[in-house]
Amino acid sequence: MENLPNISKDKLKLVTKTNDQDKEKLDTPSLTYMQDVRRRLFSNKVSMVTLTILVIIILISILAPLIAPHDPNAQQVTYANLPPKLAQLNIPGFNGFQNQNGHMVDAYKQLNVPKGQYYILGTDYLGRDLLSRIIYGTRLSLFVAFVATLVDLIIGVPYGIISGWRGGRVDAFMQRFIEIISSVPNLIVVILMISVLQPGITSIILAIAVTEWVTMARLVRAQTFQLKEQEYILAARTLGESSFKIAMKHLIPNLSSTIIIQTMFTIPTAIFFEAFLSYIGIGVPAPNASLGTLLSNGQLSFRFLPYQMWAPAIILSIIMICTNLLGDGLRDAFDPQSDH
Amino acid sequence: MADQKEKIVEVKHLKQYFNIGKKNEVKAIDDVSFYIYKGETLGLVGESGSGKSTTGRSIIRLYSPTDGEILFEGQDISKIKNHSKNMKKFRKEMQMIFQDPYASLNPRMKVKDIISEGLDIHGIATGKEEREEKIAELLDMVNLNPEHMSRYPYEFSGGQRQRIGIARALAVDPQFIIADEPISALDVSIQAQVVNLLQDIQKERGLTYLFIAHDLSMVKYISDRIAVMYHGKIVELASADEIYDNPLHSYTKSLLSAIPIPDPETEKKRTRIDFDHSQAFTDQHSFREVLPGHFLYCTEEEAANIK
Repeated sequence: MENLPNISKDKLKLVTKTNDQDKEKLDTPSLTYMQDVRRRLFSNKVSMVTLTILVIIILISILAPLIAPHDPNAQQVTYANLPPKLAQLNIPGFNGFQNQNGHMVDAYKQLNVPKGQYYILGTDYLGRDLLSRIIYGTRLSLFVAFVATLVDLIIGVPYGIISGWRGGRVDAFMQRFIEIISSVPNLIVVILMISVLQPGITSIILAIAVTEWVTMARLVRAQTFQLKEQEYILAARTLGESSFKIAMKHLIPNLSSTIIIQTMFTIPTAIFFEAFLSYIGIGVPAPNASLGTLLSNGQLSFRFLPYQMWAPAIILSIIMICTNLLGDGLRDAFDPQSDH
Repeated sequence: MADQKEKIVEVKHLKQYFNIGKKNEVKAIDDVSFYIYKGETLGLVGESGSGKSTTGRSIIRLYSPTDGEILFEGQDISKIKNHSKNMKKFRKEMQMIFQDPYASLNPRMKVKDIISEGLDIHGIATGKEEREEKIAELLDMVNLNPEHMSRYPYEFSGGQRQRIGIARALAVDPQFIIADEPISALDVSIQAQVVNLLQDIQKERGLTYLFIAHDLSMVKYISDRIAVMYHGKIVELASADEIYDNPLHSYTKSLLSAIPIPDPETEKKRTRIDFDHSQAFTDQHSFREVLPGHFLYCTEEEAANIK
């Protein structure tokens, strides 16, 4: 005890509870859960880049009538299959030259196109401007994807939640109904639609509305079954929370990763479904373009005029990659634990 | 136990069956009767699958009882409809603390949102500032730093999470709390913390607990009276000391013989008493008060012998 240094009393301070608390004081402002989600999303670079690209693509397709340089359906057969040309710039691939029998030939000169006229992405076999067709085609494909997503969220998610939450007889009935719907092949649904309606965007959307949400409903139901036995749901019930509020406050936030991932699958599926229908001739009627019809037309002459397929294929790929990466970012943004 | 004490919960012939009429029918609770005095702690012990948790969940009406009565402050709550006005009133009076601190808090909600859920439902502390104040007060009560209210559950340890769960239950100012194995998922050192906290709060607020557990030593520590459950039935119910000093049912004896004692000499000599359940449940058996305040599931003959 003698070894202890002599410390004067006034140097010591009584530690009180408040002193302790100040140390643990948080500097970060208190945000709500949704504000947190936004902050996490905005701080994710990949998400922001993909979101920007998608917003640009969506804006262009919404503003298609203003942006498209030509009428997408106007034919000018004399200018058929022109290669891409960008103003008078001599960029390889965008200078109007084309390989003919091993020689690079200026196709624009050959067909006597007036000097000021050019097609940035070339023309197709009927002389229609490919860029304008791609802009309009993207618009249509995105619209189909949007409707499919909407159907997934408006029909699929609530259907799954109700089925899983209620369980028992309600669930059994709802699941048999889903089985009946999913046992009818999509193609038959579309063909039946067409026998009643005109082939076109309406019948495609109806076919999607009837069939697309089934997978989402099943996934959400399975997950809801797991979640509803969780103790925090029981706690909400003992507090007297209504079923609707439990769904909104507890189920959906915890289902969000499942919902987002499934939506990311729905978007390409819907675009390809439309492309497939257009390809076999019961989708979007000619002369309207969609990414699907552009791909199928381009594929016919891919060996000789590859640019006719490259352009729509690249756009489709960009949309797919961006939606997938954005989906990943969203899923992380909804998970508080992804901060660490 | 004094008879003049007020009974807050009275369970009469409660039955809770699942999958009724099907091949896999389960009689989770089979004709159980007991009561809980206001301000006391009733410990409910038994092995896994004996129906302890189901009893708790039936009383708090997470399940709809198959048969029987549950009187809460004299009112039968076993048949009131979900989401009715009476139910809402009842939900405020009775709360539950859950077993798994990792599953009992929504991972996508902030602590303040978790605690304020009950406040919102019952319209307590509606203004923003008033609400924050109330949440801070509740967090302080469970010895957590009110500064932490805007954190997420994953940022807390098991013991801290359990205390958040307690704060959530206390938010609506209940009279009766069912603690469903609140400490079995916790570290031993944290267990004492949480149990002491529960006792302090009980003293402060005059709460009544139904404490469900399978840790016998902890149950003895916290409980005034103990009920022993086996196969969906309460086989013995008496004051904590009486159960430990004078166990009458052979299952209780068997349970008590299984408690390990941290002493090698005693442990070497300790023999477990096996329980033969083939003779324990016949038509002649029923739940009787054999000694004052000491209930036993037995035949009339056995009861007479004890008396």
